[in-house]
Amino acid sequence: MAASEGLRVEGVAVVLGGRRVLDGVDLVVEPGETVALLGPSGSGKSTLLRAVAGLEPLDSGRITFAGDDLVGVPPHRRGFGFMFQDGAIFPHRDVRGNVEFGLRMAGMRAAERAARVDEVLALVGLGGFGPRGVANLSGGEQQRVALARTLAPRPRFIMLDEPLGSLDRLLHDRLVDDLRALLRVAGLPALVVTHDHAEAGALAERVALLRDGRIVQQGTLSEIAAAPRDEWVAAFVGLERG
Amino acid sequence: MDQGRRALTGPGCARLGRALLVVVPVAFLGAFFVYPLVAILGRGLVPRGHVDFAAVGDVVGDSGLREVAWFTLWQAVLSTALTLLVGLPAAFVVARFAFRGRALLRSLLLVPFVLPTVVVAVAFEALLGPGGPGARLHLIPGVAAILVAHVFFNVAVVVRVVGGLWANLDPSREEAARMLGASRWRAFVSVTMPLLAPAILAAGSLVFLFTFSSFGVVLLLGGPTRSTLETEIYLRTTEFLDLRHAAALAVVQIVAVVVVLLVLTRVQERLARGQRLVASRDTARRPRGVGPRMFLALTLGGLALLLGAPIVALVARSFGIGHGGPSLVAYRSLSSPGSALFVAPSVAIRNSLEFALIATVVALLVGGAAAFVLARRPSRGRRALDTLLMLPLGTSAVTIGFGFLIALDRPPVDLRSSPLLIPLAHAVVATPFVIRAVVPALRSIDPRLREAAALLGAAPGRVRREVDLPIVGRAFVVAAGFAAAVSLGDFGATAFIARPDTPTVPVAIFRLLSLPGQLNFDRAMALSTVLMVLTALVVVGLERLRVGSLTEF
Repeated sequence: MAASEGLRVEGVAVVLGGRRVLDGVDLVVEPGETVALLGPSGSGKSTLLRAVAGLEPLDSGRITFAGDDLVGVPPHRRGFGFMFQDGAIFPHRDVRGNVEFGLRMAGMRAAERAARVDEVLALVGLGGFGPRGVANLSGGEQQRVALARTLAPRPRFIMLDEPLGSLDRLLHDRLVDDLRALLRVAGLPALVVTHDHAEAGALAERVALLRDGRIVQQGTLSEIAAAPRDEWVAAFVGLERG
Repeated sequence: MDQGRRALTGPGCARLGRALLVVVPVAFLGAFFVYPLVAILGRGLVPRGHVDFAAVGDVVGDSGLREVAWFTLWQAVLSTALTLLVGLPAAFVVARFAFRGRALLRSLLLVPFVLPTVVVAVAFEALLGPGGPGARLHLIPGVAAILVAHVFFNVAVVVRVVGGLWANLDPSREEAARMLGASRWRAFVSVTMPLLAPAILAAGSLVFLFTFSSFGVVLLLGGPTRSTLETEIYLRTTEFLDLRHAAALAVVQIVAVVVVLLVLTRVQERLARGQRLVASRDTARRPRGVGPRMFLALTLGGLALLLGAPIVALVARSFGIGHGGPSLVAYRSLSSPGSALFVAPSVAIRNSLEFALIATVVALLVGGAAAFVLARRPSRGRRALDTLLMLPLGTSAVTIGFGFLIALDRPPVDLRSSPLLIPLAHAVVATPFVIRAVVPALRSIDPRLREAAALLGAAPGRVRREVDLPIVGRAFVVAAGFAAAVSLGDFGATAFIARPDTPTVPVAIFRLLSLPGQLNFDRAMALSTVLMVLTALVVVGLERLRVGSLTEF
């Protein structure tokens, strides 16, 4: 794999309110690969995601995608998809209005938009939900709308921030399977933030373990569990497993 | 967050848009608020090219004018105290009791606040004046009538500001105090009151501001011996053409208002500090037991009497009820000028509607732009802008009208003969209301919605159009209602700048009142009823569209 493909995060530091939230992070996401960022709360996972999205300015370091330097590229020109925790669904638009938002921004014609929206809604299991208001959707349905909205404009890379964090266990497990299938079908490189091991293992090929703004270990979950780099990693992986 | 937002803004077009958002309100208020204000200061303090405190000294030294200042102060303090006395139980009832008609009551409570001062003065005149059902109380003219009218106006402020916070206070804290052994009263005093204190202070300061600069009510109900700074400015200007002392009085008035406003801003900053709030529908309970039911009944009955009686008296008497049965004589006569009026009252109605439309559009543009700027996180520059934008709220309409009169009648800004003068003055008065209505709605927008839109490819300007505007759309509708009501009802500013042949409805009512004869008073009542209905339609109609309880009023 050439060094210029996929997402490259090199020595990224982010300072927020005087605190070094990210401190020299290096991370690679190869084309077609899903990587999970795993770590305790406050470890900087979400900030790293937001930095990649362009929502947090870098203090130092470099982020490239497909060889292009992203520093100075505003979020709306990155062509990335981002699924927020709890969805961040637009309350003033119906399901269709939410899903087609990115398509409208891209200047797609109405007829093509309609077709694409139907296609994506069917993909996430919400066929026929287009004209529905978003206020009365269940938590799981809202997450699916958020996912459809993220996928619709065919982003070249997607980021998911605790995509299933607020759902109850049963729904969570069902959606994890759906989400994994969707990521595989789309063949997109993806970065998923989670604090849940099972979710990380189920969704991602590879896991990057974050602690205090640094990546302490990367690999598959079983690799990490088999050879933890230090006691903290062993405790974190073991604890969550147990 | 701020840094994140900086990353969101692209160069070029977006920067121009942002600059416009700042330039439009600053330019507008600079030309039509600051410049007239500076002209007043110039007249009052620098009359002959050098600083001269003689005029202000006259004001302070003149025992008659000291009397005016003293009366202005004590009637405002007393009005505020009385308004809180009536308003707090009402706020409690609206916030915590679930009863049928509560939503309607919330809407109706807003009506007195937006009713034109002239209409309210005429309504109390109809109730308590000669020929009215309360004539034997001999309250008109007099201080008592002024105080009652002030309470009538401002109860809504207390209910809105205090009741709004009260409804959203998490009752679990009071419940926790109860579980720790506090009585109901003790829990209220030791837990709820301190939490409400900032809201009570804020409401009190607002009421104080409004009553301190009360004009129409004092002019019409106070009689010839009672004068406040406002009415004195008017009388000095129109009766004695004594602009120098009028300006000095305005300086005194402005200084007093600025001091109160600074305190108010402080208080509101404290108020804004995070409290755990819950949605109002969780805290309202049906009243249970004899005590609470009595309390509810007494409060609602008292409100109905205070707010209903003058309006009923006005409407009934305008139709001749009590004076020879129902008739439309007064209304029919509205289409003819009659003696001593330049134009028919019906022309004034058309003027008022036109001016209201223009003033509303201008206030929405200016206030809307300012709201977008202010809704971002506070910085030093923004706080200064906030104060500049809020100053017109504290500055009385009289000061604005007076400023227009002495500043805009000569180059560089000569609008003396422009028909735009009146709506522009109204827009200055209305702009802070627009800002107050829109900013909270903008602040309530989850910043992630903007981020989500950006990540879906929307440039910053597009984000504002696609996310912010639609979500605050309803707040804009409410703001439009306020602006229209302000314009329809304004008397203080218009009294200075309306020309004889272009009166607004309040000015026409005032002129009718100054004419002798029962028919003229009947026409004033009829015209007041028309204006009241117009205003109420605008405000109650728009109130129905209100966004939750996000607006500050």
